[in-house]
Amino acid sequence: MNEPNTAQTNPIIAVTNLVKQFGRFAALRGVSTSFEASRLYGILGDNGAGKTTLLRILAGLVPPTRGEISILGKKNPREVCREFGYMAHPSLLYDEMSGVENLRYFARLYGLEDEARCAQVIAAVGLDPALERPVGQYSQGMRQRMSLARALLNDPKILLLDEPFSNVDIRSAREMVKLLGGMRDQGKTIFVVTHQASLLDGAADEFIWMDAGQIVNRTRDLTYMETA
Amino acid sequence: MKKAFPILGLLTAALLSYALYQALVVAPTEQTMGDVQRIFYYHVPSAWTAFLLFFINFLASIQYLVRRDQKTDTIANWVVIALGVLVCIAPYAFRTLLPAGVYPSSVVTTGIAFVGLYFLIKRLFSEQQTDMLALTTAEVGVVFCTVVLVTGPLWARPVWGIWWTWDVRLTSTLVLWLIYVSYLVLRRFSSSGQTPVLAAALAVFGALDVPLVYFSIWFFRTQHPQPVVGGGGSIDPRMLRVLLINWVAFLCFAFLVCWSRYRLERTKREVEETQALEALLEPRSALR
Amino acid sequence: MSAPTGITWATLTKDVRLEWRSKDAINSMLFFALLVVVVFSFSFDPEAEESRQIAGGLVWVAFLFAAVVALNQTWARELRNQVLDAYRVSPAPANSLFVAKALGNFIFVSVLEALMTPLFIVFYKLRVLGPAWQLIPVAILGTWAIVVNGTFFAAMSLRTRSREIMLPLLLFPITIPALLSMVEATTTILVGDPSTSAKFWIVLLATYDVVFTTGCLALFGTVLHAE
Repeated sequence: MNEPNTAQTNPIIAVTNLVKQFGRFAALRGVSTSFEASRLYGILGDNGAGKTTLLRILAGLVPPTRGEISILGKKNPREVCREFGYMAHPSLLYDEMSGVENLRYFARLYGLEDEARCAQVIAAVGLDPALERPVGQYSQGMRQRMSLARALLNDPKILLLDEPFSNVDIRSAREMVKLLGGMRDQGKTIFVVTHQASLLDGAADEFIWMDAGQIVNRTRDLTYMETA
Repeated sequence: MKKAFPILGLLTAALLSYALYQALVVAPTEQTMGDVQRIFYYHVPSAWTAFLLFFINFLASIQYLVRRDQKTDTIANWVVIALGVLVCIAPYAFRTLLPAGVYPSSVVTTGIAFVGLYFLIKRLFSEQQTDMLALTTAEVGVVFCTVVLVTGPLWARPVWGIWWTWDVRLTSTLVLWLIYVSYLVLRRFSSSGQTPVLAAALAVFGALDVPLVYFSIWFFRTQHPQPVVGGGGSIDPRMLRVLLINWVAFLCFAFLVCWSRYRLERTKREVEETQALEALLEPRSALR
Repeated sequence: MSAPTGITWATLTKDVRLEWRSKDAINSMLFFALLVVVVFSFSFDPEAEESRQIAGGLVWVAFLFAAVVALNQTWARELRNQVLDAYRVSPAPANSLFVAKALGNFIFVSVLEALMTPLFIVFYKLRVLGPAWQLIPVAILGTWAIVVNGTFFAAMSLRTRSREIMLPLLLFPITIPALLSMVEATTTILVGDPSTSAKFWIVLLATYDVVFTTGCLALFGTVLHAE
């Protein structure tokens, strides 16, 4: 086990004893950890390991049952929601509207009335801003990329991405990873929940291994996978 | 505390029997209605008790909502105090506007009781407990309200010759009953862990609705010919005494039922909490 | 235009555009409303003279039923692909969303009423004998009364099992005073008895609207984030 150096100061996110229960089911069973700024984290684990719940708590969508969060120095994620980009497993887009129309609407929610910004993020994820087709007629891969574009709209400091590569062909997925790597180099902190760990090999700074609602390990590379 | 419960139970049983004796034997027979009128000693105390319970439900629900946040809690405190002061001053300032038969002092007493009740609940119950209090009072209140709605027609049939009339008090009580039944339905069907919040919001809406219901039906009825003219006039002081005894007995009974329901709910939540904690302690291998 | 108003406007135009493209709600609502009018015509003899006395009640109960169908659709669109989460992670205020949704429903239900009213007039041979202009405030305030609480309770029933049935269970008891006011006001105006006036009912409806609009705005954020 190659334990990374966690002795650095001033983490961008710290959680203490995070517990989330849905009735009797415990989705998170006491997670205490901290994350540094400008890193790309891969969150790995089986279904039901609590990865999505952790992201949703960090995004302020669900309150934890117990435990403390500190994000950019604030206890309530809602206070710093401008600094987040959140991408969920579903697309979070309106199927009947085109990509640009979707982004134009979501930009307004952040107080942005910037056509150029919408076109810029669409281009950044490798799509054509002039595409008129409604999102419902996109391929799964295109929809995922448009969803990522939506998460990037407000130029967030922290990106929370839930399964961004699912159903995306391998080449596009590699491009997305490259894009994420570039954004990390610009100072963004990125969390990627994924089943396709190998895609992040070499790109992620650290892998967080979750199992049954707990973080079981943090490693620099994927060698832990074989031992687990 | 454990001993207080059976003692209160015995006391309530004794009081209820005494009240029953008073209502059936001691109270004078009404001149025109005869013995049927004695149902009045159950009908009216049930109604008062139900209204009181719904009012406690309203206060508890408000507290559940405002106490989630320190700031709104402080604001709510001052609003309650301000309302209390207003209720103490207003009846003297606008004496002429008071309906006949209502004294300023009785309005002031109600106002002080309201403020007192609010802070009493706040002192006795934690934030989570106010939700349990709201649930308990709504359930028991619905039961007492049902008693009112059943005993009303039982009395009306021989006296008025009809089971039901869309009189303002009857109709308002029915609507009130509907509102709180829908509250209980919501609690039952809510799927998220946030049932208390939703329920509290609905309880506040229901309470806001009550004066509107009353005024609308009052005006509705005054516009239309009433099939019967009920009551009016003064009540025999002996009857009033029996009525008050019955009310005290009913209050004790309601308190007893609420208490045991509250204890049941508390135990249920403790069990859930323990099960939840056990789930946390299970080894990881067992969960896979 | 301040930011919250801008978001309300953006959400409203987005909803209207989505509805225009999919026509989910409006089609089912229109057909349902037509069915209600026809079924009512069979249940209550439209030729009878007493029909005028109950016409106000018929019209509003029909509107209420049709509105429930529309209100149930309000949030369905936001649940597909969990778009509501995208709103919830954004800094946009919850009340902007609420006002947009309520206004959107107000428009839908108004369109519906505008289309249903002629049918009622034709089927029941209605003529207004009182001051007809008073029907306008009654219609506006009454529709808002249904829609403001309906939007709120529809959001509330998102967090419940059997969502569609919850809405009328929560909405109808609370709406009783408003419904009574609308019905009585409409009947008073239709019948045109000079000894009575609809003014009290209009004032009561306005009070109801103010009270519950305030209540909804105060509590919507709590309900939206209750997960």
